[in-house]
Amino acid sequence: MSSFDWDVIARSWPFLAEGMALSALLVAVATAGGLVLGFGLALMRLSSRPLLAAPAAGYVTLIRSVPLVLVLFWFYFLVPLAIGRPIGSLVSALIAFVLFEAAFYCEIIRAGIGSVRAGQTEAALATGMRRGQTLRLIVMPQALRAMTPLLLNQIIIVFQDTSLVYVVALRDFMTAASVVAARDGRPTEMYTLVAVVYLAICFSLSQAVDRYRKERLR
Amino acid sequence: MIVITDVHKRYGATQVLRGCSATVKQGEVVVVCGPSGSGKSTLIKCVNGLVAFDQGTIMVDGVSVGDKRTDLPALRARIGMVFQSFELYPHMTALQNVSLAQIHVLKRSRAEADSRSEQLLARVGLSGKLSDRPGQLSGGQQQRVSIARALAMDPMAMLFDEPTSALDPEMINEVLEVMQALALDGMTMMVVTHEMGFAQRVADRVLFMDNGEILEDTPKAQFFSGASTDRARQFLAKVLSH
Repeated sequence: MSSFDWDVIARSWPFLAEGMALSALLVAVATAGGLVLGFGLALMRLSSRPLLAAPAAGYVTLIRSVPLVLVLFWFYFLVPLAIGRPIGSLVSALIAFVLFEAAFYCEIIRAGIGSVRAGQTEAALATGMRRGQTLRLIVMPQALRAMTPLLLNQIIIVFQDTSLVYVVALRDFMTAASVVAARDGRPTEMYTLVAVVYLAICFSLSQAVDRYRKERLR
Repeated sequence: MIVITDVHKRYGATQVLRGCSATVKQGEVVVVCGPSGSGKSTLIKCVNGLVAFDQGTIMVDGVSVGDKRTDLPALRARIGMVFQSFELYPHMTALQNVSLAQIHVLKRSRAEADSRSEQLLARVGLSGKLSDRPGQLSGGQQQRVSIARALAMDPMAMLFDEPTSALDPEMINEVLEVMQALALDGMTMMVVTHEMGFAQRVADRVLFMDNGEILEDTPKAQFFSGASTDRARQFLAKVLSH
């Protein structure tokens, strides 16, 4: 197997690192923005007012029933049409990721809040705490414990999904590797590298999830 | 202190309270008893507005609970409540459980709140358990922490919703003793319970509820010597035979 040329990785490293930086940016923004928006959506869905709950439920159902690629396309082509000027692939991809992930984080957060017994809220309210205080001091700390494994899981999924941004002409880690593979005629080396890197990152994250779960069970 | 007038409550198609009226005077201990599903818990939760009622009025210290303009959190801060399933905050120590609302509702400093909490936990016999989490405590100990949590707000009245129903028999007395001491101290108390021994020792009056109605509202002695309704006599015969 002397035809392998692992040196191609070293030669193209700066280019690949740029791709990895984009992937990391997408994960960070999608997670942070998705959590904030998802938290708002979750509160809306849990509200007893149909005017708040119904739109949030509709949004979540809509987003969860379309593929991410479609959402990426929508924002790439439709937003410029709507606002009359181009917004660039990066901005459109970031918006698409945040809006897409928000629906999933919403469901995770909603389930987390739902896992806290209603009696906990009653007890806190009975001491004179207000709704916001009850949510912040009593419900969320307990919900967060229940949610953490699911949130970490979702981050793994987001990271894997970042490879889809090639459809709007962005170069994440995966796309950068494909470019090098085609340019230098080294698909075996490049795709092996991609597999190893994804495996290493996702495996260590899922190990963290497992460790967390075990710790909670103790 | 607590004046309940013609309170109705329905959950969907089920009428849970059908025109309940009762009064708890300052310093009085009123025991509410009756079979399961009679509406006792719903009634006591109406008193501090945890359950919204459909009709009627409840006044606590002159404040109308059902009035939309009433600042319910401010009113609840002055009424202690103890729940059947304790509902201590599992992510906090016993001390933090008792201090939390003092800090966030009464705006006491942490030091001030903690020293009050230590004092109250000592009063319920738990000085040694300040830094234990609820999960490390027995049921009886948890319920005593939750009584301390309610007392920490210096309440004008205490509501107890079946405080011993979730406890193993050997732990019931340690909780009842704390409640009895409170009653002797002159605390105004409304207690939903099946513990007729407790009622006989400390209650001033007994309310008997069945099917969403208050069938009896009588002084303790009269209730135990000769309840006026058949339903109450049957109930008493059952609970006293245990």
